[in-house]
Amino acid sequence: MKFAVITFPGSNCDQDAYHAAKDVLGQQAEYIWHKDTDLKGADVVILPGGFAHGDYLRCGAMARFSPVMASVREFAAKGGPVLGICNGFQVLLEAGLLPGAMLRNVSLKFQCEHVDVRVEQTDTPFTVACRVGQVLRIPIAHGEGNYFAEPEAVARLEKNRQIVFRYSTPDGRVTAASNVNGSVGNIAGLCNEQRNVVGLMPHPERACESILGSADGLVMFESVMKAVAHA
Amino acid sequence: MRARVFVTLKPSVFDPQGRTIAEALHTLGYDGVEDVRQGKYFELDLATSQPAQAQALAAEVADRLLANPVIESYRIEIES
Repeated sequence: MKFAVITFPGSNCDQDAYHAAKDVLGQQAEYIWHKDTDLKGADVVILPGGFAHGDYLRCGAMARFSPVMASVREFAAKGGPVLGICNGFQVLLEAGLLPGAMLRNVSLKFQCEHVDVRVEQTDTPFTVACRVGQVLRIPIAHGEGNYFAEPEAVARLEKNRQIVFRYSTPDGRVTAASNVNGSVGNIAGLCNEQRNVVGLMPHPERACESILGSADGLVMFESVMKAVAHA
Repeated sequence: MRARVFVTLKPSVFDPQGRTIAEALHTLGYDGVEDVRQGKYFELDLATSQPAQAQALAAEVADRLLANPVIESYRIEIES
């Protein structure tokens, strides 16, 4: 199967995502420049981490106007699996493909560390090979990952089971202390109502080989391969 | 005609930067500053001399791009 990795000016995790798909999992992968509109027959689209368009105005605010986003939107509308990682998640929020917005981390620091996230939902293409309650140890690297939505919007996310990952302790307890950036509800990642668009702040693509400190991110790639194979 | 757009976080949204600035001011002895909210300021030069048109155009671009309605609100001043 084929992964499309969108490259915006300022993306800096596009090579990590490409490496995970191509070298670690042995799948086809293509970089798609943000000015292109052809997704080249990809089965999965990844919006990678980085600082698209310099994060000018707000993180992801400019990237949503890149020509490729019309194709991503169309791909998503047809049910194609789309994963936004870190800055890619911020782009999906600004593009309205996922609900909510990001604020500066409560610590006001750019945080770069391994964290634990608990899998809440397994009926998305990126978590179908996980167990509910499974804890993944994967790194974060962001300054603005403090997820915010109004209480009514969060209630809607809960009701629709759209919260896919929460920051937790290593044994899977969702506590205030494990909430690394101040996100409402410890939210680390979510999906749209159709469940095919998923965004998360942690970087699974940087945790696909034990030499990198964790291979816990691999299950998300294995999930989407399983999901596409059974589609 | 110039429009000034002030974008601020909604009252319901915590502003960690504003809080830190307020704490810094307290450290400097400015206890009279009770709180700080940080925002963004834009000056738009518009190709119109009609205040109503300027207001409408500024509001449209604020809605579409300058502010994120999930976390921010805005206020517009038209300079005549």
